[in-house]
Amino acid sequence: MPGSTRETSVKPAPFAYQRPATIEDAVRLLGELAPHEGRVLAGGQSLVPIMAFRLARPAYLIDINAVAGLDRLFVRDGVLRIGARVRHAAFHRPVVDGPLGAMLAQVVRHVAHYPIRLRGTLCGSLAHADPAAEWGVVAATLDAELVAVGARGERRVAASDFFRGPMETALASDELLAEARLPVLPDDTRFGFAEFSRRAGDYALAMALAVLRIEAGTIAAPRLGLGGAEAAPRRIAAAEGLLRGEAPGEAVFRAAAEAAAAAIDPLEDPETDAQYRRELVEAMVFRALTQVCAGEAEA
Amino acid sequence: MSTDLHPPQGRVLGRSVARLEDPPLVTGRGRFVGDISFPRQLHMRMVRSPYAHAELRAVDVAVARAAPGIVAVWTAADIADLPPIDFRDPAGEALRPYRQPLLARDRLRYVGEPVAAVFATDAYLAEDAADLVTVEAEELPPILDAAGAPSSFAAGLSTEALVLRAGYGEVEAAFAAAHAVIALDLEIGRHSGVPLETRGALAHYDATRDVIELYGAAKVPHRNRDALARMFGRSAASVVLKEGSTGGGFGIRGELYPEDFLVCLAALRLARPVKWIEDRREHLMAANHSRQQRHRARVAVDAEGVVLALEDEFFLDQGAYVRTHGARVPEMTMAMLPGPYRIPAYRITGHFRLTNKTPAATYRAPGRYEGSFVRERLLDAVADRLGLDRVTVRRRNLIGAAEMPFTRSLSALGTDIVYDSGDYALLLDKALARIGWEKLQGELKRRRGKGELIGAGIGIFVDKGGLGPLDGTRISVDATGSVELVTGGSNVGQGFVTAMAQICADTLGVDYRRVRVVYGQTDRIQYGIGAHASRASVMTGGATHAAALKVRAKALEMAAALLQAGPDELDIVDGVVVHRDRPPGPLGGPSIALGEIARHLAPDSPLLGERDPGLSAEGWFRADHMTYPYGVQIAVVRVDRDTGEVTVERYLCAYDVGRSINPMLVEGQLVGGVVQGLGGALSEEFRYDERGEPLSVTLADYRMPTARDIPPIEILITEDAPSPLNPLGIKSAGEGGITPVGAVIAAAIDEAIGIPGAVRRLPMTPQRVKALLRAKADL
Amino acid sequence: MTGPVDVTLTINGRSHAIRVEPRRTLLDAIRDECGLTGTHMGCEHGVCGACTVLVDGDPVRACLMFAVQAEGSNVRTVEGLAQGDALHALQRAFMAHHGVQCGFCTPGFLMLAAGALEREPDIGDAELLEVLSSNLCRCTGYQGIVAAVRAALAELREAGNEH
Repeated sequence: MPGSTRETSVKPAPFAYQRPATIEDAVRLLGELAPHEGRVLAGGQSLVPIMAFRLARPAYLIDINAVAGLDRLFVRDGVLRIGARVRHAAFHRPVVDGPLGAMLAQVVRHVAHYPIRLRGTLCGSLAHADPAAEWGVVAATLDAELVAVGARGERRVAASDFFRGPMETALASDELLAEARLPVLPDDTRFGFAEFSRRAGDYALAMALAVLRIEAGTIAAPRLGLGGAEAAPRRIAAAEGLLRGEAPGEAVFRAAAEAAAAAIDPLEDPETDAQYRRELVEAMVFRALTQVCAGEAEA
Repeated sequence: MSTDLHPPQGRVLGRSVARLEDPPLVTGRGRFVGDISFPRQLHMRMVRSPYAHAELRAVDVAVARAAPGIVAVWTAADIADLPPIDFRDPAGEALRPYRQPLLARDRLRYVGEPVAAVFATDAYLAEDAADLVTVEAEELPPILDAAGAPSSFAAGLSTEALVLRAGYGEVEAAFAAAHAVIALDLEIGRHSGVPLETRGALAHYDATRDVIELYGAAKVPHRNRDALARMFGRSAASVVLKEGSTGGGFGIRGELYPEDFLVCLAALRLARPVKWIEDRREHLMAANHSRQQRHRARVAVDAEGVVLALEDEFFLDQGAYVRTHGARVPEMTMAMLPGPYRIPAYRITGHFRLTNKTPAATYRAPGRYEGSFVRERLLDAVADRLGLDRVTVRRRNLIGAAEMPFTRSLSALGTDIVYDSGDYALLLDKALARIGWEKLQGELKRRRGKGELIGAGIGIFVDKGGLGPLDGTRISVDATGSVELVTGGSNVGQGFVTAMAQICADTLGVDYRRVRVVYGQTDRIQYGIGAHASRASVMTGGATHAAALKVRAKALEMAAALLQAGPDELDIVDGVVVHRDRPPGPLGGPSIALGEIARHLAPDSPLLGERDPGLSAEGWFRADHMTYPYGVQIAVVRVDRDTGEVTVERYLCAYDVGRSINPMLVEGQLVGGVVQGLGGALSEEFRYDERGEPLSVTLADYRMPTARDIPPIEILITEDAPSPLNPLGIKSAGEGGITPVGAVIAAAIDEAIGIPGAVRRLPMTPQRVKALLRAKADL
Repeated sequence: MTGPVDVTLTINGRSHAIRVEPRRTLLDAIRDECGLTGTHMGCEHGVCGACTVLVDGDPVRACLMFAVQAEGSNVRTVEGLAQGDALHALQRAFMAHHGVQCGFCTPGFLMLAAGALEREPDIGDAELLEVLSSNLCRCTGYQGIVAAVRAALAELREAGNEH
C-alpha cells in the first residue's frame, strides 16, 4: 500500500521570522499569521526541538524576546505576576519573600537543566502544556490565573480550565499567554514538592505539590496537585478531603496518598504501566506531604 | 588521577604524563569530519525505511529530484552493479546471503534501513528533498523475538543464519554426577556505544592522482580501505582513508556502513566532494546495535560449589542483516564465557538469529559483557542454592596462578584461547581489602536492619587484548632531532598518540613531546591494524618498541664512530647521545644530538659510508595469541522501596593490565567503561513496539548516564601479572571497565531487595525493580 | 519571506556578516557561515549540550536558537575562551585532570562551566554537579571533568581572593 516516509528530520522546515517590539505588534501579527501556521517563539527550548523533528512546521515565527513589558515580574495586590518572557532561571533565588518564593525556588531546580532554564520561560512551559512539566503542577495546585492576549483582547483563564490535555490548552491559536498570576501565599503556608524522574532533569513520571496551613493543630486549606501522571495537571479533591481538618501524621498522609493514586486516570506507556504510575503517585504524594511537616512532631 | 607535569628526565613509560592530543581539543581546534569542508561539496541525506518489514514496491523520487538544490537522488536501481557489504574477516559461506545491500532492493528489513540517497548543495535542502521521497511498500509481520521459532528470511533462507557450537570435556557425565544443578534463563537488553559524535563521511576524488580520499574513517582504516577498493574494483592504493579527530568509537564507529560506500561512489560519479553527517535520530536506528542475547544456562556443581560443568544455549538478536563482523560477537561470547574459572566441562550453542531490528555488531567488550552476566549470575545462584558465601564459591573455582599459561580448548578471532598470565586470587584479595569487604558486609547488615534496601555485588572476569597477528611502524628522526612515528593505528579518544609517543620516547631516549605520531592515514604506511579489540597498546606498542630499538641501535652505532667510543659506553638522554660515565659539560664527555646524527646519515653525507641513509627504521611485532587482562569489580547499591530506583553508592574497579603505559589514561578508560556499563545495567535500552517501530530514537528516550547518575568510582590498577607475550608486558585496558558491570549490579540489587537471583535481565529500570518488590510483597 | 536574510553575529568580539534563512540554527551558522567549528553538533534536539555557547554570558544550546535571534547579542565560543596564548583556567584544568578523551563534548562542557562560574562565582559543589549534569559525555565517565571543573573553580576563587 502506498505510504510516505515518516518524518526523520533534525532541521526545521522553512519559516518566515518576525521580531515585534511591542505587545500590540505581537498581537496584531499573531492575529494575521496564526491562521497561516503562525506561532509564538519565546524561550524555544520546547518548540525548537519539535520544529527540528518537523513535528511542528510553523510557517511564521513571532519572536517575542524583544517585546517590551513582557519581562515583568512583580507583585501587586497579593498576586505575583509573571510575564511571558520571564525565564525559569529567574526563580533560582526567591522572587518574593515567604512561602511562594521559596516554593518556586525549590521546584525550579527540577525543571530541565541549567542552560535550558536560562532561555526557557515559565509561560512558555505552561503554553506548551507537557503533562510532565513542573510549572503546570504549580499553576494547577495554586489555582493560577492565566492571562491570554489576542486580537479580541485580553481574557483570564483559571488554571483548572487552562490545561485541556497533553500539549493542549485553552489558548486559541491567535492568542499568546502574556502573564501567569500566582497568589502570594500567607506566611504560615507550608509546602512540599516531590518528583520522580528517570534522571535528574528528565520529565517527571509523577510529581506532587502539597500546600497547606496548620490551624489549631489540624490541616487547613489543603491543596494537593499532581503532574506527570495524567493527561493534564490538576488538584485531587479526594486526597484534599482526607487531609482537611485532620491532624498531620503518617497515617493521614498515607491515606491521602492512596486516595490520590486511586483517583487518577493514569498515563500509560511501555515503560510506565498504570499500576506503576499509581505506585509512583502514591509515593510522591506521601513524600510531598511528609516534607510539609518536616521537623514537626506527629500530632 | 591527574597529570604528572614533571616526569623525571627521560623516563615516561608508566607515568601519567599529559596528553599530546589535548591542546587542540580544549581550544576547539579538533578536526572532526563535520569540521572539514571542500568547495562545491554536496551533502548526502539518506531516506530510510519507515517499516520494520515490508515488500518494497516502489520508491518515487521524481518530486525530490526536481526540488531546489538537488543534484541527484539514487535508489537501488541507480547502483544495481554494486554488491552487498562484505565481511571484514573471511566468514562462512552460510552468512553471505545475509549481507546488507547499500540501498534496499526488494525488501525492507528494519526501520532506518537506507532506501534512497539525496545529494544536494546544502544540508537543509537535502532534508527538504528527502521529505519528498515516497516509499511504497506492503507491510509484512515483523520478527522481533530472536528466541522464538525461526522463520523465513528469504526464499530458502532461515532467520537462523548460523548455529555455532563449542565446548570441551565430559558434560553429560558431569551433570549426571552433580550434587546440584542450577538453571537460569537470562536476558541482556539491546544497547550500544552511542558515541557523542555521530557517524560522518566526506569523500573527495582527486582526478589528477585517480585517488578517492575518505575522511571520517576510524578504527580500522587499512581494512576499510581494502574493502572500499574491492567494492569499487579499484587498487588499494587508489583509495586513501584519512582520520582526523574522532568523537568516540566503542566499536560502533569505523565499521563500514552503506553511507561510507555511497559517499565514495557519489564523489566519483557526481564529480564533486560529498559530505554526509549522520543525525542523532538516524544514529540510534542505523548505527550498530549490540548486546541483546537470551541465555538458557545451567551449571552442575559438587557439594563445595565447585563447577563440574557449564552448559549454555543462547540466542543472539542480530537484527536485520549480518554486518562486517560476521559471527564475531557470538564467537567471543562463547570463547570468553567461562572467564577466570576452571569449568572442566563446557558446552555452548549459539543461535545467530536475524530479526527486523537495526543490525547489531561489536560494542566494547563484545560477548564479554553478556557472558560475564551469565557466568556471574550462575555463580551467585550456586552460592545461594548451597548456602555458601559468594566470594568463597568464586575462590573455589578460580584458576590458580600456578596453572598459567592456561589453555582453554576454545578458539575465537582465529586464535586459541590461552590465558597468558594471571593471579586472579591475588587481585580478588586486593579488591576485597581495598573496599574493606568484611567491614562493608557488617555495615550493610546494620543498614538493612534499619529497613534500607541496600546490598553489594561482586564479579570476576577475564578480558582479552593484543589481538595479532602482526603490526608494524616506522620511526624516523630528522635533522632537527624531531621524531616521527608512523603507525597504521587509530585514535578514537583513548590517548593512542600519547601512549605510543611514550613508548617511543622511553625506548629511544627522547622527550615524548618531540614525537609526532601519525595514525589513520593509509597512504603513509602500507599496513595497519587500527585500534580495536584493545590491541593497539600491545601490537602497535610492540612494533613501536621494536622500531625504536632499531633506530636507537643505528644512532649509537653512528655516534660511536663519530665520538670514537664503543656503542655500549653510550646512552641517549633527551635526544642527545652521551657517554654513560662522562656526562656532557664544559669539562665533561663528548655528546652528539640525534638531529646531527640524522644529518650525518643523510644520503649526501660524506660520513655515510656503506650504511643505509636516514636515521630511521621499521619495526614489526608478532603475536600468535592474545593477552588476557583480568579484573574484579564490586558495587554497593541502594534501592528505593517506593519507586524501584537504584542508586549506586560505591563502585570499585580493580584491573590487572600487565604493565600500564600511562596510569592516568588507563584510569580514564576504566572509569569511562564502568559508566557505560552502568548505563547498560540500569537505563539504556533500544526498545521496539509490536510493529517493530523503534521507541528509543532520541537522547531523551535512550537514557545515558549524566554526571549526577554516577557513584564515586575507585580504580585499582595492578601490574602483578605482566604478559610474557611482549617485551613490555602490556595486556591492554580499553575494555576492562565495562565487562562485568551488568553482573555486579544485578548481584547488588538481588542483595538489596533480599531476593537472591531476582535479577534475570538488563537493564534493571525502576519499573522492573519495582515489579520485583511488588511480587515479593505479594508473597 | 522564508528566504535568506542579512544577520550580523558578534562572536568572540568580532563581527560576522552572514546571509541565512531564518530557520538556520545558531549552531549551523557558527560552524558553517562563520567557520568556527569548535562548537559541536551532538544531537540537534537540545539534550547533549555539545553545542553549548555563551550568549550574553548565559550558557545556552546553540541548536535551540536560530541565528537570526542572536543578532545584537555577544556570543562567545570555545575559540574565544583563551586570552591569546593564555589558556583559561578551565582549559588547563581539563588537561591536568584528564577531563578530555575524544574531545567532542569538551567545548560544550568548557563553555557550560565558564558561563556558570562567571554567573555564579559562589556556586556550591552540589549546584556545580547539577550544572555539569546538563551535558553528556560518553568517554570519560565524568570523573575527570568534575575534577577539572572543581580544580578550576578553586584556582579562580584563589585568584579572586588575591585581589
